Amino acid sequence: MMNILKNIFQPVLSIFIPNDIKLSNGKVVKPPKPITPYIVIALIIVTYFSVELTGFKFSTIIQRGNQFLVILRRMYPPDWAFMPRVWKPLFDTIKMSVLGSIIGCALAIPFAIVSSTNINSSKITLNITRVFLSIVRTMPTLIIALIATYIFDIGTFAGTVAITIFTFGIVSKMLYEQIETVDMEPFVAMEALGANKIQAFASAIVPQVLPSYLSISLYNFEINVRNAAILGYVGAGGLGLILDEQFGWRAYDRAGVILFTLFITVVVIESISRYLRERLA
Amino acid sequence: MKTSTKKLSKQEMIESKPNKIIMDTLANEPKVWIIHLIATFIVLAIMYWSKGAINFRGIQSNGVVIAKNIFTGLINPDWSLLLNLTRQGIPFVLMETLAIAFLGTFIGAILAIPLAFISASNMVSKHFTWLGVFIIAAIRTFPPFVYGIMFIRVTGPGPFAGVLTLAITSIGMIAKLYIEAIEDIDKKILESLDASGCNTIEKIRYGILPQLMTNFVSTVIYRYEINIKNASILGLVGAGGIGAPLIFAMSAYRWREVGAILVGLIILVLIVEYFSTAIRTKLARG
Repeated sequence: MMNILKNIFQPVLSIFIPNDIKLSNGKVVKPPKPITPYIVIALIIVTYFSVELTGFKFSTIIQRGNQFLVILRRMYPPDWAFMPRVWKPLFDTIKMSVLGSIIGCALAIPFAIVSSTNINSSKITLNITRVFLSIVRTMPTLIIALIATYIFDIGTFAGTVAITIFTFGIVSKMLYEQIETVDMEPFVAMEALGANKIQAFASAIVPQVLPSYLSISLYNFEINVRNAAILGYVGAGGLGLILDEQFGWRAYDRAGVILFTLFITVVVIESISRYLRERLA
Repeated sequence: MKTSTKKLSKQEMIESKPNKIIMDTLANEPKVWIIHLIATFIVLAIMYWSKGAINFRGIQSNGVVIAKNIFTGLINPDWSLLLNLTRQGIPFVLMETLAIAFLGTFIGAILAIPLAFISASNMVSKHFTWLGVFIIAAIRTFPPFVYGIMFIRVTGPGPFAGVLTLAITSIGMIAKLYIEAIEDIDKKILESLDASGCNTIEKIRYGILPQLMTNFVSTVIYRYEINIKNASILGLVGAGGIGAPLIFAMSAYRWREVGAILVGLIILVLIVEYFSTAIRTKLARG
C-alpha cells in the first residue's frame, strides 16, 4: 500500500523537490530547487480569484462575441459628408498635445536635474522630488483631465493642462535616468578648471543628454496625440468629444470617419517623429 | 644660477603653442547656433500656431474652491470608506481593478504570442511579416474606450468588459516587445541542440523558452503596471474598476470620497510599481 502511494506521489513530489542525480563516478549532485511550479500554482490561484471577481465567462464570449463586430460593421460605409466637422476637433487635439508636450517637457528639466543622484548630492531634496514625481505619474491622464475640467471648465484648456502634467511626470523620470548615465568626467574636469556647478552642467552634461532629451520629448509627443484624442471623453476638448457624441447617438458611420482620421493622423505623426528620432540617435 | 621662471604675459599665453591649438579648435568650432536658432524658431512658431486652441477663459468661478476641496480631500480622505472592507469600500474596488488588469494582461499576453511569432523577421519569411504587423497596427487604431463601448455590447457593463478591453489593447505593445525578444534569439543554440539529437519539442523547451522567458515575463509585468492605470480609466465608460466610483463622487461634489479614491489609487499604483520594478530588475540581472 505504502509503495503504491509512494509511486503516485514520487513524480508529483519530484516537481517541487527534484531527486538527487547520481553521476557515473558515484558523486551525488543536488539539482537547484525550482521556483517555477510555485509560480504556476500562484498564477492559477490568482487567475481563479480574478475570474470570480470579474465575472469572466468564456461561454458569453462564444455566444455573444459577434456583438463586438456589430459596431465595426455599422462603421462601414463611413459617412464622408461628416468630414468637414472633424477638422477643427482634430487640429484642437494636435494643438493640445503640441502645447502640452512642449510645456511639460520644459517643466521637467529642473525637476529631472534635482532628482539626479550624480548632480544633486542632497538626499532630502532628491527624495522629496522623486516621491512627488512618482505621485504625479500614478495619475492616469483621463483622471487628471477629469479633475482639470472641474477646475478650468470644460474645453481644450483642461485637456492641455492634463497633457502637460502627464508629460511632466513621465519626461522627468526618463530624463533623470538619462542624466544619471552620463559620463561625469567632463563635469569634474570643468569644476577643476574653476567652473561653478551651473557652468559645468551646461557645458559638460547638456551636450551629452540633449539628443536623448529631444528623443524622449518626441516619443512623448507621439503618446500624447493618442492620449489627447480620448481626453474629450471627459469633456476636455478634441476628437474624443465628437467621438463620444457620435457614439452616444449611435451614429457609427460618423464615428468611423473620426477613427479613420485619428488613425491617419497618428500614423503620420509617428512616422515624422520616428524619422526625427532616428536622425537624433 | 637663476632658473628661467619667466612669467608669460596674456598675449604670450594665447600665442604659446598648446594654447594656439586650443584657440584654433575653438575658432573652428562647428557653427551649431544657426541650427539651434532655426530649431527654436520652429518650436516658437508651432507654439504660436497651437495657442489658438487654448481657450483660456480664466479659472472657473468656483474652480479655486474645487481645487482646494480636492486638495483637502487628498490630505484628509474619507477614512471610513478607505478602510471599509465590504463591497462598497475602496479596498474591494481596488481588488477588482487588480483582477481586471491581471486577467486582461494575461489574456493579452497569450494572444500576443502567436502574433509576435508570425511578425518576427527571423521566424517567417520577410514577405509574410507584414500580415502580423498590419494586424497589430489595426488593433492599435482604436482608443481603449472605444473597445470598452464595443465590449459592453457583448458582456453588459461591468468588470468583464474591462477585462476584454485590456486584453485587446495590451496586444499591440506586448507583441511589439515580444517581437524584439524573438528577433534577438541566438539560433546557434538550436543548431547545437539539433546536433545533440533533440527533437522539436525539446528544442523549444531547452533552446527557445530559456532565451525568451525572462524577456516575456518582464514585458508582461511592465504591461500589468500600465494596465492598472488603464483599468482605472475604463470605469469611466462603465467597464468596472475604480473609475466609476470616482466619476460619481466627483459629479456629486463629495470631495472627501474623491480624496479617498485617489489616495487608494495612488497607493495601489505605487505598490505595484515598486514590485514590478523590483522583479524586473531581478529578471534583468538573472
